[in-house]
Amino acid sequence: MDISLYIHIPFCASKCNYCDFSSFPRIEHLVPQYMDSLIAEMALYKEALRNYSIKTIFIGGGTPSHIGAEHIYRIMNYIHANYRTSGLSEITIEVNPGTVTKDKAKSYKDFGINRVSMGAQSFNDQMLKKLGRIHNSEEIYNSYRIIEGSGIENINLDLIFGLPNQKLNDAMESIRAAVALGVQHISHYGLIIEEATNFYSLLKAGKLALPGEDEEREMYHRARNFLIQNGYDHYEISNFSLEGYESKHNLAYWDIEPYLGLGLSSHSYMNNRRFFNSSSISNYIDLLGKGRLAIEGKEELDLDAEIEDYCIFGLRKIRGINKERFLHRFAIGIEELYADVIEKHVYNGLLIDDGQSIRLTEKGLDLSNLVEVDFLK
Amino acid sequence: MERVKQENIRNFSIIAHIDHGKSTLADRLIEETGMLTAREMQSQVLDNMDLERERGITIKLKAVRLLYRAKDGEKYILNLIDTPGHVDFTYEVSRSLAACEGAILVVDSTQGIEAQTLANVYLALDQDLEILPVINKIDLPSARPDEVKKEVEDIIGIDCENAPLISAKEGLNIGDVLESVVENVPAPMGDAGAPLKALIFDSYYDSYKGVVCYIRVFEGSIRPGMEIKMMSTGKSYEVVEVGINTSKHVSLTSLEAGDVGFVTASIKNVKDARVGDTITDKNNPTLEALPGYKKVIPMVYCGIYPAEGEDFNSVREALEKLQVNDASLVFEPESSVALGFGFRCGFLGLLHMEIVQERLEREFDLNIVTTAPSVIYKVTKTTGEVLEIQNPSNLPETTEILSMEEPIVTANIMTPTDYVGTIMELCQDKRGTFLNMEYLEETRVVLHYELPLNEVIYDFFDALKSKTKGYASLDYDLKGYQESRLVKLDILINSELVDAFSLIVHEDKAYERGRTISERLTDVIPRHQFAVPIQAAIGSKIIARETIRALRKDVLAKCYGGDISRKKKLLEKQKEGKKRMRQIGSVEVPQEAFLTVLKYDER
Repeated sequence: MDISLYIHIPFCASKCNYCDFSSFPRIEHLVPQYMDSLIAEMALYKEALRNYSIKTIFIGGGTPSHIGAEHIYRIMNYIHANYRTSGLSEITIEVNPGTVTKDKAKSYKDFGINRVSMGAQSFNDQMLKKLGRIHNSEEIYNSYRIIEGSGIENINLDLIFGLPNQKLNDAMESIRAAVALGVQHISHYGLIIEEATNFYSLLKAGKLALPGEDEEREMYHRARNFLIQNGYDHYEISNFSLEGYESKHNLAYWDIEPYLGLGLSSHSYMNNRRFFNSSSISNYIDLLGKGRLAIEGKEELDLDAEIEDYCIFGLRKIRGINKERFLHRFAIGIEELYADVIEKHVYNGLLIDDGQSIRLTEKGLDLSNLVEVDFLK
Repeated sequence: MERVKQENIRNFSIIAHIDHGKSTLADRLIEETGMLTAREMQSQVLDNMDLERERGITIKLKAVRLLYRAKDGEKYILNLIDTPGHVDFTYEVSRSLAACEGAILVVDSTQGIEAQTLANVYLALDQDLEILPVINKIDLPSARPDEVKKEVEDIIGIDCENAPLISAKEGLNIGDVLESVVENVPAPMGDAGAPLKALIFDSYYDSYKGVVCYIRVFEGSIRPGMEIKMMSTGKSYEVVEVGINTSKHVSLTSLEAGDVGFVTASIKNVKDARVGDTITDKNNPTLEALPGYKKVIPMVYCGIYPAEGEDFNSVREALEKLQVNDASLVFEPESSVALGFGFRCGFLGLLHMEIVQERLEREFDLNIVTTAPSVIYKVTKTTGEVLEIQNPSNLPETTEILSMEEPIVTANIMTPTDYVGTIMELCQDKRGTFLNMEYLEETRVVLHYELPLNEVIYDFFDALKSKTKGYASLDYDLKGYQESRLVKLDILINSELVDAFSLIVHEDKAYERGRTISERLTDVIPRHQFAVPIQAAIGSKIIARETIRALRKDVLAKCYGGDISRKKKLLEKQKEGKKRMRQIGSVEVPQEAFLTVLKYDER
C-alpha cells in the first residue's frame, strides 16, 4: 500500500501577520531536541509502516529552510534506511525566500529532494511588509535562481491574493511575475483571516481594509484565466501547474489516500483513522523523549464518513470525482447515494455531470461549500 | 392536624407592581412562620416554574398555609394565595382575590406607586378586600418611605400610618406584616353547617390524581367520600382527598367554611373542573352559585407551528397540557402555505404569548416557529356579513370589504414627569388619542391614552421601557372597537408571498412597517447563491423593496492534510444551521425570522 509522509518543521525566523500554523520564531535552541524527537517518532512508526511503500514526502513548516541542511539530511537518511522508499516519486521541501543558500539548495538536491515550494506570497514589497514577511521581491528572484541553479526543476510559488488594500492590478502583477519566471506550479490562495493572528486583531479593531467579495473573486478568476492562457492546468481550487507537475503529495489528501504526519501538531490518516499530534512543543519533545507517541486526538472513520470525505475533498479537484473510480473504491455508484444532491446543484449551476465525472462549475469554484455541505449525510 | 377555629383563619393575597418584591415577601412570610427551614427554602418558593423564577414574575397562582402564633398568644392559620404581577394576568389576580378577605399591598419605597399597583388595588377593592399597605425595600439608599406612604394615602386613599416598613430581601420587620394580617384581615364568615359552597380558584392536572382543584370553602364543609357537584356543568364526583399545601400536600379529613385547600375527585378532564365554578354537595346543594369570573377573552393571537422536523401532534399535546392550568390559552388548528400545519393560539397579551412559547420550548423541548401576533379585527363585508379575523391571511379581498374595525384599549401610563414629552411622542406615533394627564405628585404623572391594541402588541411596551429607561409603567384595558383604515401588508420573498409574514396594519403605518420588516429580513435571511428580493406589498402594489445580495464567495481557499477535520467541522456547522431553516420556494429562511420582524428597533 502507498502512503505519503508529512514532516513538520516548526521553526521560523519570524511570525507572519496572517499565520496561524504551528510555527515559532526564537526557539532555535530547541532544534537539536526536536530533531531527536522526530527521529524517535519515525522509529516508533517503523513497524506500522512495514507494509507501506512511501510514495511522497512533504517537509513543511514553519520554514524547513530556516534550519541547517544537516537536519534535513538526518530525516531523509532515516527514511531511506528504515522505510520502503523504492516507490518514492516526489519529495518536497518548503522554503522561504532569503533562507536558501547555494549550499543548502545543493544539499537538498543531493538528499533526493526533487520539488521546492517557496512562500513568495507577493511580488509587491509593500504588500510583503504588510504581511510581515522578512523578505522583499528581490530575494524571491535570488532564491528562485539559487534553487533552479541547484538542478531542482520542479518549483512551486505560493501567492496570496485579497490582501489588505490590494487592488486587482497588484494581484495580477504577482501572477505575471511568477509566470514570467516559468515556475512549474503556482498555489494561488485567497487570504483567510484566521483567529489568533495579528490580522485577526487588526480586523476586529477595524484597521484592516480587505478588498470586497466581488473584487476578491475578480482577482481569483482573472488570475485563473491568465494562468490557463499561459499553459497552466487549473487542477485544484487554489492550485495550478504545468503539465505533469501537479503536486502528487497534495493530491493524496484530496483523494483520501493514507498519509502519516510526523512532528508537532501534524495530522495523519491511516487505517480508517484520523489522528493528530500535540501542538505543544515541550509536550511533544517530552513524550517522545520517553519513547511515547504524542498523539493528542483521534477519530475513527466509518465507511459513510470516508465516502463523505471522498466527495467533499474530491470536489476540490477541478476534474472532480470520477464515477468509475468511485464505484471501484466503494463498490457503489455515487448516483445511488447522491442523485438528489447532484441534480440539485447541476440545476443551481454549481455542478457539472458529464457522465464520467462530477465537478464544480466556474461558479461552483466560488461557492463550493454550498455544494460540499450537501454531501454530508 | 388540630383544627383552628374560623375566627383564627386569615385568607390573603399579596399584590404589587412587578418587581416590587411580592415573591420575596412571600418567601419571608413562609420562612418567618417556620414552614420551611432556611435550607429547604429555594429562593421564591411559590414561583416554582423555572421561567417564573428567571423572569422574576409569578405567572400561576398557588396557595400555601402558614401556621402563626401571634403576639396575642393565639394560633392563626394564614392562607397565602399568590398572585401574578403582570398586566397580562389581571384575570388571574381577580381569581385569587376572590378567595381572600384581605390583600397585602407591597409598594417599593424607591419607586412609589406604579400602573399595576393601582390596577391591582382596584381589583382588590372590587372584591371588597381589606388592603394592608406595606412599604418595601427600605434598606436601599434611595428609599423614601415617608414620601411613598404619603403617595399611597393621597392616591389610593388608604391610611398608611401603621404600614409596616420592611425589607423583604433583608428579612427586616417581617413580623410586623404577619401581625398586621392577623389584626386587619377580617376572619372568614361562613356557616360550616350550611350546604357546601366552595370556589375553584385554580386547578392543574396530575397524572395520578386527575384534576387537583384549589378551592376556598365559603360555606359548609367537604370531606373524602362526599358526592360533590360542579354547579356550572352539573357533573358529580366522589371526593377522594382533601388537604392543604404547606411545603407539601397534606391530607386532611375535611375542609370547612373559611378554609383554603385542595380537593381531588378522580376528575379526568380539567374542563370539568373549571376555574371560577362553584362546588356543592350533590345531596344537599346550595341554592345559589358564587359569582364566577368573567370569561377571559384572548386579545392577542399568533400562529404556532412545529419547526422543521418537529411533530404536529407533539405540539398539540403540549398545548393541551398547558391549557389545563392556563384557561386563558386558546388554540385551534390552522395551516399556512409557508409553515404547513400548526395552530392559531390566543393569549391575554404579549407577555403571555412569550411565556407560552418559552414553556413549549423548555418544558416540552419543542422546536416551534411563531408568527407575528395579531389582534381580532371585525370586518364588515359588502354583503353585510360581519367576520372576526384573527389571522391576516383570512382577510377577504379588499373589494369585498365594506369596513373594518380594530380593538382600542385605554392605557394608563405612569411616569416621572421627565418622560412625558417622550411618551406623548411615542403614543402619537402609535396612533394614540390623548385623554388626560393627572399629577400624582410633583414629579410623577399618569397619562391616559386610547391606543389601538395592534400598536400596543407590536412593540409599544418595549419602546416605552427603552425610551423611559424602564421608569414608565403601563396598564391597559380593552375599551371596544373602532372603525379604522386598515390594510393587509404582505411580504414577498423572492417574489413569493409568504403568508406567515402577513400583517394587518393601519394604512398610514403600512409604508414604514413594510420598510422596517424588509430591512430586518435582509439582516436575518442568509445570503443565497442568487440575489433575493424582499418586497412589502399592499395588494398588488409594492411599497418597499430590499435585496439580499447574492453570495459571491463561500469556499475554503486552503485545504491540506491538517485542514481536513477542521473543514469537515465547518461544513457540519453549516449543515446544522441549514436544519433550522424553512424552505420557502428556493429561499432558506431562519425560523427566528418570523418573530424577528416584530422586535422593537432602537433606531
